[in-house]
Amino acid sequence: MDLNMDLNAPHSMGTTIIGVTYNGGVVLGADSRTSTGMYVANRASDKITQLTDNVYVCRSGSAADSQLVSDYVRYFLHQHTIQLGQPATVKVAANLIRLLSYNNKNMLETGLIVGGWDKYEGGKIYGIPLGGTLIEQPFSIGGSGSSYLYGFFDQAWKEGMTKDEAEQLVVKAVSLAIARDGASGGVVRTVVINSEGVTRNFYPGDKLQLWHEELEPQNSLLDILNSPSPEPMNI
Amino acid sequence: MSKSVIEMPPKGGFSFDLCKRNEMLAKKGVSPPSFRKTGTTIVGLIFQDGVILGADTRATEGPIVCDKNCEKIHYMAPNIYCCGAGTAADTEAVTDMVSSQLQLHRYHTGRESRVVTALTLLKRHLFNYQGHVSAALVLGGVDVTGPHLHTIYPHGSTDTLPFATMGSGSLAAMAVFESKYKEGLTRDEGIKLVTEAICSGIFNDLGSGSNVDICVITKGGKEYLRNHLQPNPRTYTSSKGYSFPKKTEVLLTKITPLKEKVEIIEGGDAMEE
Repeated sequence: MDLNMDLNAPHSMGTTIIGVTYNGGVVLGADSRTSTGMYVANRASDKITQLTDNVYVCRSGSAADSQLVSDYVRYFLHQHTIQLGQPATVKVAANLIRLLSYNNKNMLETGLIVGGWDKYEGGKIYGIPLGGTLIEQPFSIGGSGSSYLYGFFDQAWKEGMTKDEAEQLVVKAVSLAIARDGASGGVVRTVVINSEGVTRNFYPGDKLQLWHEELEPQNSLLDILNSPSPEPMNI
Repeated sequence: MSKSVIEMPPKGGFSFDLCKRNEMLAKKGVSPPSFRKTGTTIVGLIFQDGVILGADTRATEGPIVCDKNCEKIHYMAPNIYCCGAGTAADTEAVTDMVSSQLQLHRYHTGRESRVVTALTLLKRHLFNYQGHVSAALVLGGVDVTGPHLHTIYPHGSTDTLPFATMGSGSLAAMAVFESKYKEGLTRDEGIKLVTEAICSGIFNDLGSGSNVDICVITKGGKEYLRNHLQPNPRTYTSSKGYSFPKKTEVLLTKITPLKEKVEIIEGGDAMEE
């Protein structure tokens, strides 16, 4: 059965992931669609996972590979924090991810964006794409939906934004990518990390701004059937 | 004729020699025997008091139904059950193995097993085998931290969801869940919704069929409703029953009491190291 083959295909996250620094911290953003072939296996997944209290990672690519890599790095960072006696820096977290990604480059298929805040360097974003390079950037985009955002960020990114400006930029960008990329969709999740701590936000799909040629969401006709007194259909 | 090949001692590990033979045979049109897969519709949902798991009961071997009433809801721990789709041997073996590991862990820690423990053990095992262990699982249970429901894919990725479906009938079952699921369902509403979802898989998917199994897990305990619904009874059974007038002919009867051949020792010594 062709459908059967598709459902057993490796679980990959089509994805749009973004990490942006601002004046005082970082904002990480992602969509929430996990697909197996053409079927959406999870329409509300959380692709921003915690590594330590102050460092989070956005995952893209193979769901299994990215989950296992972040699990291992969380474990190593926990040991490192105990041995060091103070919170781990973002650079150490990014390097641990890079070592796993680079040394197993033939077997892994995952692109990650590490973002966080520490007291030495402040807010930092590190991009670790497929081959295992480590690159520190003021902002980083990844996943299949990122193709549609390169031009947008070239124009819209500015140095020294405020927290709200940065978050609005991330939400706008993910929502634009969702509009154009079939493998991204669902809701927009953001995580803001600064000296005060971590804030998680959630923007459901129907609350996002509509872009060019996007239609208003329609109520499902099933609501008529499920309502207490179904009226006869009227045009 | 001198032998130019030196006899090498057999190396350990998997021998891939037969894979070439299989490829050659496949090219000639000889297909390998198909293995038993559970076509399957398996579902799980979280209701107000815990978790409900559901599964159909058809096991297929290629186009043939080899078991009309198999059990797809496997025991993991007294408070954790796991539905399995994919290759039947893989789901049985992996759930048995992790169930044993959980029991040893319970003896070691002296506490009730947690669902995330089972989840991590399963996902690590499946990831290590890079998808070759073809087991797609819906894991559900209630522990001290509350009710949990997870899906685990053959490559080792997991999702945590309030309602989940897996298997070839997952699209049919998910359609039912997406239109009718809401938070805070009661036990009866939950069982009704799970039954509807499995029936949707049974009637609309060729790989799923026969009966509906349900397992309700709450903080108080678990209830395994085997064959909760049987929407595919056998039609056209003979009301008179079956009788076979022409019996098998007996040619020879020879009875050999074994006591004459075997020496029976009553009450031996107790076992000693």
